[in-house]
Amino acid sequence: MTRKTALWAALFVLGLALVILGVLNGGARDVLAKAVRICSECIGLG
Amino acid sequence: MAKKLHRPTTRRLIQLYSALLYNAHLKGFAEGQIYTGPLKSVCVPGLNCYSCPGAVAACPLGSLQNAVAASADRPAFYVVGILLLFGLLLGRVICGFLCPFGLIQELLHKIPTRKIPKSPLTRKLSRVKYGVLLVFAIGIPAWFALRRLPLPGFCKFICPAGTLEGALLLMLHPANEALRAMTGGLFWWKFSLLLLILTGCVFVFRAFCRFLCPLGALYGLMAKLALLGVKVDKSRCTDCGACVRACPMDIRAVGDSECVHCGKCIDVCAFRAISFRAGKLVLRGPELPGKGVRP
Repeated sequence: MTRKTALWAALFVLGLALVILGVLNGGARDVLAKAVRICSECIGLG
Repeated sequence: MAKKLHRPTTRRLIQLYSALLYNAHLKGFAEGQIYTGPLKSVCVPGLNCYSCPGAVAACPLGSLQNAVAASADRPAFYVVGILLLFGLLLGRVICGFLCPFGLIQELLHKIPTRKIPKSPLTRKLSRVKYGVLLVFAIGIPAWFALRRLPLPGFCKFICPAGTLEGALLLMLHPANEALRAMTGGLFWWKFSLLLLILTGCVFVFRAFCRFLCPLGALYGLMAKLALLGVKVDKSRCTDCGACVRACPMDIRAVGDSECVHCGKCIDVCAFRAISFRAGKLVLRGPELPGKGVRP
């Protein structure tokens, strides 16, 4: 295994772990809460 | 004489299908309302405003800014993890294949006018997007997070995708009179910036993508690690530079942080040194028996 492959694999596992931790700590719920409302900043209203 | 039929490339079709898939909530366009289902807890890889009436999932850049803005209460694990996975698996292939705003920019550039080619100046300007990422997408949300004020700086002051896909598509609907009545200075600033960017894209290839897009900057940081993309076979490469000259982006080398992996370089390489790969698997390139597969 080359150093680049090892780094890729480590970061991939880190990415997966962050997503799982994020789901558990309510991060996914936050994304949903923001995305289901019209974003006033995005449309230039606030 | 029969007119030659224009046949879209595979890449163009993927761009089109992904734009349709991101915005598959067609009912939203008819009703002037946004989708509010559970899919919106997931981010799409490309820049697509979640306030677009058709959007079925969340914008990764908007989600990142809001996660940074809320980081005083909750670490931004989820969005950072998603962006890391997108970057590692797809990198800036996302920009070239899976970004609806990238598609819009490329179509605008097809308008027949005189074009401004890449130059040392555009190469310098391509660094601006890293500043935009640092200041507007991370710095401003983080600064205001300390004051418990959610402020997604890029969405609020710059994002042309939000103005085009969110603001205009919502406000043009007859049912949204209330939104139209609320427009003020900030809207007109963003609308002017949108017009400037769209006009710029007619003359400069992917002007927003190259100079301003913080999402492209973020994926560009992971360019060397991305699994999917154009790769150079060093044993065949003669450093002739034909690939870099033919590329419309500000690349220094094929597959670097500015490369959106469109595959144009594969066709111009006389030494058959470039291929489009997923790891070691060749998806398109000189080694593929069916050469002639369109990019």
